[in-house]
Amino acid sequence: MSDFERSSTARVIPPARPRKLAKVPFVELADGRLQGVVSSGSDIERVYVSSVAAGTYAYACSTNNNRPCGGARGGFCKHIGALITEAVLQYGAERVARYLRVDVADGEPTAQSLNFTMGQTRPSPADSKAAASVFSRFLRHLAYLELPPTTAPLPEMQWFASTRAVA
Amino acid sequence: MRMDLLSEPVDGLDEALAAVDAFDRTLAAGLLRPQPAQAEGLFGLADAVAASPLAARVAEAADKAAAGAAGEDHFLAFAAARAALLGAAHDALTARADEATGRTRADAPAPAAPAEHAPNLLAAARSWLSDLARTGWQGLDHDVVSGSSQVVSAMLSDPGLRRPAALLDGFAAELAASCPGATLDRIPVRRWADLWTRGMLLTVPGAAPAPAVDTLTGRLLPLGTDLQEHATAAQAQVHAVFEPADGSTPRLVRASVSVPKPDTVLGAGVWQLLRPHMSLLAAAGEGRSMDLTGMPVTAEGDLIWQDERARAGEPVDPFATARVALPTADAPATAPLDRHPVLLAHPVFLEGYGAEQDAETQTVTFTLAGQRLPVDTDRLPVAGPLTPQAVAGSTACVGLLRWDAGGFFLQPLAVETTVRKKTVALHAGAWAGGTTDKTGAKAEKAATDAVAVLRERAGRLLRK
Repeated sequence: MSDFERSSTARVIPPARPRKLAKVPFVELADGRLQGVVSSGSDIERVYVSSVAAGTYAYACSTNNNRPCGGARGGFCKHIGALITEAVLQYGAERVARYLRVDVADGEPTAQSLNFTMGQTRPSPADSKAAASVFSRFLRHLAYLELPPTTAPLPEMQWFASTRAVA
Repeated sequence: MRMDLLSEPVDGLDEALAAVDAFDRTLAAGLLRPQPAQAEGLFGLADAVAASPLAARVAEAADKAAAGAAGEDHFLAFAAARAALLGAAHDALTARADEATGRTRADAPAPAAPAEHAPNLLAAARSWLSDLARTGWQGLDHDVVSGSSQVVSAMLSDPGLRRPAALLDGFAAELAASCPGATLDRIPVRRWADLWTRGMLLTVPGAAPAPAVDTLTGRLLPLGTDLQEHATAAQAQVHAVFEPADGSTPRLVRASVSVPKPDTVLGAGVWQLLRPHMSLLAAAGEGRSMDLTGMPVTAEGDLIWQDERARAGEPVDPFATARVALPTADAPATAPLDRHPVLLAHPVFLEGYGAEQDAETQTVTFTLAGQRLPVDTDRLPVAGPLTPQAVAGSTACVGLLRWDAGGFFLQPLAVETTVRKKTVALHAGAWAGGTTDKTGAKAEKAATDAVAVLRERAGRLLRK
């Protein structure tokens, strides 16, 4: 077996890269989608829940009150654009491209080339069922800030060595 | 340190690990419909523990599983057998490391009374882990992975279940990022089998005993700070020498603080979350001792830190502690469940070595008395002044002696290096309590902003 295979502390996920969260407080590659939450530019009480599916690039965008996004008719809206940009900052373009299964025509993928390449395939809108689960994942994500710390030892964390290598 | 002992073979280690590896490969393909080669791995594991009290249960589990009819109790028997083999490996490696460092280790105490906790949640966790064992890593998909999410959320909100919660949360995130399993070009075979085994054992009610508590009064001399983290949790551990006020033998202790976190809180942001809950982080960063009065401690040398039982003491250079106090300190025993090579982390002090850095891979190796010791610089926290380059140019090092993937290696916690003909000390945890360093302060500001945004969003959107 290789060192990767016989290491108890093999690094499987590169750590996320720091980014500014004001515009897109939450983005993740999960459930077979790039999905996340984009803050509304005009109303601080409102967020958009946006997603793009891996492989088909089927997209969805609606508010947290389940109103469809006016911009997401016939193609990606600006919220989905922002989501792709921030996902590339957080995870690196390579990992986003691999997860969504996007082959950019030439050279290294960028947020722009990912957006363009997926748009070229004329993806169809997805049903809006995903929005509720994405929003609840966002709330779960926020709830991590509310969990209390402990000074009892967690020996299990010894399996999770910190790493400097980024995506 | 007797470096030569670290590279000499350990009796029986290869055989034990071969049985572990053969079992681990069966988890890659899954145990739903085992192939003959997999059955061999299962029987191999049963053979390896044939002389132990587990023999009958594991033999029965292997028979059932080879026929594709394994139930949760059978999976648990495999986890116990695998943990027993790695426990034996741990004991042999610890004895070897103690021989090399010339350290005396306390005997393991009798296990404490187990703490009972949320049997329903533990059963749900075991059911998910059993699904994973059937599916196998190559059969992973989003459905099977997301089966953990409710269990983990419920566990996280119960402080008594923080250990399984932190483990399963980190494990599930890795599995989710690796879906679909069929297209994985490489699988962390031992790692995922480790996490699976650990998860299974923690689902046994009372597996993690309530810490047997004694108290300590005396002087605490920090050696260095180790940081562990996955996307949604972080733990800092300060390794230190404790000098009892009654003048008895100094001993090695650890103090830990951990917290769940959103994955976008990183680097300096992690220190910010941990900092308010353990004054020792700042003391260790500033090179101060602390005076403890009645601080709770487990039999394994883990302080259960309470700020009100510690006050700042005099400045003490951790390198002086490492040179003078460390060689006289006794080491604590290991908890039964913590007998696994990954949990081996012995504080050591090295000087007079040659350091080289590979131009291509950047990996650092120390050579002492003709023996080479690999140095893991990848673990150095990004929010800190200690860099791989500084380690490569160092003249003395405080670190943790660890073992993984077939060999011992050193994790640096602090180094002495020469800058303009003066000796300077650089600590991995120097920024844990805050920093005035220019780059560090910038990272602190960015992290503060990130948390402020999340708190603002949480305030508006949570509980509505």
